[in-house]
Amino acid sequence: MKSKSIVSINDLSREKILALLETAEKFEENPNRDILSGKVIGSLFFEPSTRTRLSFETAANRLGARVIGFSDAATSSATKGETLKDTIIMVSNYADLIVMRHRLEGAARYASEISPCPIINAGDGANQHPSQTMLDLYSIKKTQGTLENLHIHLVGDLKYGRTVHSLLHAMRHFNPTFHFIAPEELHMPEEYRMFCRQNNIPFTETTEFNEDVIASADILYMTRVQRERFSDLMEYEKVKNCYRLTNAMLADSKPNLKILHPLPRVTEIAYDVDDNPKAYYFQQAQNGLYVREALICDVLGINI
Amino acid sequence: MNDNKPALQVSALCNGTVIDHIPADKLFAVVSLLDIPQMESNVTIGYNLDSKKLGKKGLIKVADKLFSDEEINRISLVAPNVVLNIIHDYKVVEKREVHLPNEVRNLAKCGNPKCITNNEPMATHFHLVDAQKGTLKCHYCEKEVNVNDIELL
Repeated sequence: MKSKSIVSINDLSREKILALLETAEKFEENPNRDILSGKVIGSLFFEPSTRTRLSFETAANRLGARVIGFSDAATSSATKGETLKDTIIMVSNYADLIVMRHRLEGAARYASEISPCPIINAGDGANQHPSQTMLDLYSIKKTQGTLENLHIHLVGDLKYGRTVHSLLHAMRHFNPTFHFIAPEELHMPEEYRMFCRQNNIPFTETTEFNEDVIASADILYMTRVQRERFSDLMEYEKVKNCYRLTNAMLADSKPNLKILHPLPRVTEIAYDVDDNPKAYYFQQAQNGLYVREALICDVLGINI
Repeated sequence: MNDNKPALQVSALCNGTVIDHIPADKLFAVVSLLDIPQMESNVTIGYNLDSKKLGKKGLIKVADKLFSDEEINRISLVAPNVVLNIIHDYKVVEKREVHLPNEVRNLAKCGNPKCITNNEPMATHFHLVDAQKGTLKCHYCEKEVNVNDIELL
């Protein structure tokens, strides 16, 4: 029953990551390729995620595949009490590949074990979102020319931020130096600091976010500090504006610096940053298309 | 081997296994983990016996039964320090310790309420991450848990 699924970035070797990024580069050169005509892709969004769903469905369409599915569990049989297993097996009768988003952690792993067709995890709760990590890696490689020996500054919610944890895991192959910049309440969990020590990844930690802290950065990875994460709302009011990037703060930054953000952005990046050539978050989202085209082809065993 | 010990609970067993040094409050969990209620062998269960090491201990004697590694390693989930005495012809011929198994399937509940295993009719599965610290990781939601905090199914 086991098929070639993509569930977690932690399952991918250095070689596999690099090969997928290389395929994505080819799709950037030419995103429209009619190589999946006759294929049907199941797009099962048990939890709404418009951004990710549109990106995957665009990737499928640009490859010539057709898409079936739902964008909200409210319109699926899950509301009638159907188990995930039954839904997955039913859809696998129709589709060659299932892209799924689910609010429960481990849902994609389980689906990959019971489904006759491959699964791509488009996010399972707070656990994994490998296509996001792949597009982050793609954006880093594309803007820096390499993934090796970079200084990566992670800013904002490092406690609950799934994207920063996955990025940390994936970058272990490429000798990075990390800088964790977060309020006390949202600092990087010990599990991940331990991971860095075990993998000989140097890191610094600070609660200060200013020009000096970001001066050494090659990549500034911003995340949203979410109000609902705070037990003490006074604390939130205090920190929410401390982790806000403004254009003036970039005056002394490195020329190769690029600013990434998984989006949606709220107040953590001022609008005056958007016109700075170092702002890269919108192109980053666009790169998701090429990466997802590469992931779809990979699980279907199609070489580009 | 243990000839100098007083002829205690072990002596009555001709052949089989004595599981000793079970913390008294874990006794019935061990009984259940080993599926003892399903057994047809002669089984003696001792509860709240005096123990120098533990204060009160539990003990299980199972006649004519040798447990597989997989079976005895299950015990480590609740009682990592138990000792198994393998009895042959009224003598202890082997003492075995229990170790956390590399894979724990369908014995323990994942502590993460958002884990798929707590929301679907399916088996749970953990991988051993650190035997010394007793760290297990859920195969599905990838959350780590200490064996002391684990809840049995």
